[in-house]
Order: sequence, then structure tokens, then C-alpha cells
Amino acid sequence: MKKEMYLNIGLMALMLVVPLVAWVSDEPFWITLATRAVIFAIAGIGLNFALGFGGLVSFGHAAFFGLGGYAMGILAYHAQTYTPVFEWPFLLEGSKSMLLIWLVAIVVSALAALAIGALSLRTTGVYFIMITLAFGQMFYYFSISWSTYGGEDGLPIYVRNEFPGLNTMDPIQYFAICYVVLTLILILVHRMSQSSFGMMLQAARQNEKRVQAVGQTPYSLYLVAFTISGAITGLAGALFADLNRFVSPTMFSWHVSGEIMIFVILGGVGRVFGPLAGAALYILLEHTLGGLSEYWHIYLGALLLGVVLFTRGGIYGLFAGREVAHD
Amino acid sequence: MTNNPILAVRSLTKSFGGLVASKNINIDLYAGEIHALIGPNGAGKSTLIQQITGGLTSDEGEVYFDGQEISSLNTAARTRLGMGRTFQISSLAMEYTVLQNVVLGAIGFRGKVFDFFNNAMKDRELINRAETALVQVGLEDFRTYRTSDLSHGQRRQLEVAVALTLSPKAFLMDEPMAGLGAEGSKRLTGFLDELRKQAPILLIEHDMDAVFSLADRISVLVYGEIIATGSVDEIRQNPQVRSAYLGEEDTL
Repeated sequence: MKKEMYLNIGLMALMLVVPLVAWVSDEPFWITLATRAVIFAIAGIGLNFALGFGGLVSFGHAAFFGLGGYAMGILAYHAQTYTPVFEWPFLLEGSKSMLLIWLVAIVVSALAALAIGALSLRTTGVYFIMITLAFGQMFYYFSISWSTYGGEDGLPIYVRNEFPGLNTMDPIQYFAICYVVLTLILILVHRMSQSSFGMMLQAARQNEKRVQAVGQTPYSLYLVAFTISGAITGLAGALFADLNRFVSPTMFSWHVSGEIMIFVILGGVGRVFGPLAGAALYILLEHTLGGLSEYWHIYLGALLLGVVLFTRGGIYGLFAGREVAHD
Repeated sequence: MTNNPILAVRSLTKSFGGLVASKNINIDLYAGEIHALIGPNGAGKSTLIQQITGGLTSDEGEVYFDGQEISSLNTAARTRLGMGRTFQISSLAMEYTVLQNVVLGAIGFRGKVFDFFNNAMKDRELINRAETALVQVGLEDFRTYRTSDLSHGQRRQLEVAVALTLSPKAFLMDEPMAGLGAEGSKRLTGFLDELRKQAPILLIEHDMDAVFSLADRISVLVYGEIIATGSVDEIRQNPQVRSAYLGEEDTL
């Protein structure tokens, strides 16, 4: 328990120090890398809520990541072209306000997760994996064919969206925004993991019969968890699109679902800070190994195999031991 | 026992293809009693338990609980009405500590499961309820143990503790003595003897010593049918029961 806390603090400090050093030494590239890691971590934390706490192996979280991205893209696109998003049943104008965009991203991806979850959660195991994958791919092909928003080419946004009092085009300031969002999400998820809901959800993962025998319905617990999970990953999608000032169907692709899952597994399934460790390591590997070979995924695959086979619970399992029940 | 039964099973029938697992079964459970259900392996005890708790839908018949027809309710809903149960094979959250498992019961009893922000393990109300149940079964010294580290018998006790937190109107216990050993089952026998004052118990059990010392009434299930219901003495002397279940040579 203690070790886990040190690791948490160390990680958060590292994620702060790297971009600050890069900022002082004028290396904006490293700030962007750190920002990417932070955003991927948020996406992973979202998936981990369903996968780690609820045992719901979703292979379609790219759907929410992409929806968050397109929520940003569509609103910003209409703002920069001065056209309304739609006029019926009510008039919705585009927006460059990051806060509003986040809200829309969260609501849209939560609703999508609610709908997808309501259908997918009737299945379990491999079928659940395949159904969530299928939903993800549905969004992918839909976005490719939606020519209004660039279709396959995606949708560039010329200027990053606005945040009150900050210059979001400055890399370090945008990093700060993402870092604060990450911190808030971590606090929220940590609290939820210890709440009545979190305890019951994790009990359902361990033993559904037990949960029924204390009068609860696993399906409802899973559905709420899946919705929260989708909302968090959707928010990450909006941040990611803003970082790149670009959205494209690749955000919906199943590779992204796989990557998000890799963050979770590398870091440690079911550990609140796990995805942060996983995403940071992933970004680091992508940068260092990517420089060595175009086929760096081979090394990533080998590492992932090692993690799954030899560590019990990813980086966190390796350095902080098996999860001790918190009490 | 002139009042209405807490649990009333009426003409319950279930068949799997050609196999009739339970046939026109009637069982009553009255306040203050331990009603034991015995029967040889394969008699359909597990099927019947599933039909009563909501794990299986019956082909025919009804289950009444506390005066209400519950045949169409699922397991969770039946639990919320006050049906507390323990499983034949311990069914606990094995990664949790003993205390956490009991707190699950306390959360279930309180019913506010969609509380996302308050630390459940620091909630006085939940902890008190959980601790009380642990003390009742004698597991209070093991509260910080991981459940998977408990012995078989302790898991049994823990299941009972979780059921206690729910303050049920009736208990359904599926072979609580199984694998307990002589000392363990003696302890549990004493405990159940007291527990019936809190809520009646429908007890499925293979340990005949326990059954004969505890039960107010016994029902005997053979090939999916209740062949006899009665007091301990009546069942002991029932020739049908002797030949079907206990064997001719057994002296009781």
C-alpha cells in the first residue's frame, strides 16, 4: 500500500518534471510527448474503470475516444466556418470554448457508452469483446463515409480551442490543462473505487453470485461503470484532438482500442494510477524504439508478452506488489 | 405455528427435457423454526433451492415470501425482500478482506449502492453493521485477512455473517456444515440453534446429526418429490423414508 503511494507520487512528479525541464531548455517536442502521455493516460483510466474494476474487457473504447475527438472537431469546425452545427430541433452553434467542448464530449460519449453497454452487456466473455469491437468499427466506417466532416481525410482545426485566461497554443500551458484534468480524474476515480458503488462493482467482477446474494444486480452496476468509463475516455479524445488540432477516422480504429488496452495492461489492471504508468512507458517506447526501427511494435509485443507472463499486474504489480485490499 | 408461513412453496415443478427435477413440491417455513430439507444426492435439492432463490424459473407453481408472490422476481429482488442465503460452495469476493465482504452485505442492506464518493470502508454505519455480524459468527479476529486465505470452515462462517448483515426475514442455507469437521459443525449447530429466533431457516444439510438435533420439521426429497414432511420422530419412523433414503439397516 505504501509502495503504491510512493509510486503514484513519483509518477505524478515525473510527469510534471519532464515537460518543465523541456520547457526551460526550450524543447517543445518533449512537452508534446508528455502531453500525449497524459491524454493517453486519461483514456486508459477510462477503460480501466470498466476493465480493471468491472472486469469488462471492452475492445471498442476507440468509439468513445473518437466521439470525444469528433465532438471537438465538429464544434470547432462550425465555429471556424461560422455555420451552425444544426438548426433543428434547436439551434446549435459551433464553439471554440474548450470547457463547453469537453462537456459535449463527455455527454455524447457517455450516452454512446450507455447505449452500447446496454446491448453489449447482455453478453459476456469473448462475445462481449467482439460486440464492443464491432461497435467501434461501426463508428470507424461511419466517420470515413461522413464527407461533411472530411471523411477519410479527417478534419483540421486551425487554432487550438480557447481556455479562459490561458494561451492554449503555448505547449506548456496546454500541457498544464491536461495535467490538471488528469489529476482531477485520478482523484475522482480513486474516490469512486472506494465508494459503495466501487466496492460492489469490484465484487461483481470477483463473484456475481455474491453481489446478487446481497440484493444487487450486476448488470446495472456494469452499465453504470461502462457509461462512466466511456465518458472519461471521451474526454481524453477531445483533449487529444485539440492537441493535434486534427481529427480523423483513425481515432475510431481498433488499433486505438488496442493501444488503450495496452496502457491498462502495461500499467496494471485495476490499479487507479496504472494507466498513467502504462501510457508513459508506451510513449517512451514509441519514441526510443520508434527511432530504431519502423517495426518497433515487435519490441512492444515482446514486452507486453513479458508483462503478461511474468509480472502479476503490470508495472504496478512488479513494483508495488499484488493489490492489497484497501481498508 | 398458526400464523402464515414466511416462505411458502406451492406446487413447484421443474423439468429438464424428460428429467423431472422437482415435482409438485410444497414446503412451508414458519417463524422461529428450522425446517430441514434432506434427500440423497441427485434428489433435486439444488434445483429446488435455485427455484426458491430465483436462479431458475419454474415450469409450474409459485413461491410466496412474506405473503407476496415472488415467482417472477430475480435473485437480487428476492434478496431485497429479505431472503438471506448461503451457498453450497462458498461464494465470496475472494480478493477482498473478510471485513470488506461483510461490508458488501451492509451496503446491500442499506440499499444506497449508487454512492460514488464516500469511502465505504470508513462509513461508521456500514462498519458497525459488518462488525456486529462478524462478532456473531466469531470471525472478528480475522477481519483483515484476505478471504482467499481463510480456511474452508471460516469461509462458511463468513457467508453466514454476510447473510446476517442483511437482517433477512428467512435464511436459506445450502449445506452449511459441509466440510466443517466435527468441531466446526458442533459450533455452527449451536449458532443456528440461536439464529432461528432471529429468522427461520430452511436448512439443506447432509450432516444427519446436525439435522436431527436442530430441525423442528424435516422434509425428505427423493427423485424430485417430497415423500414426507414431519417432526424428527415422524421422519425417523417413516418406513418410506427409511427405505428410500436412510437405508434399511441404518439405525437412527
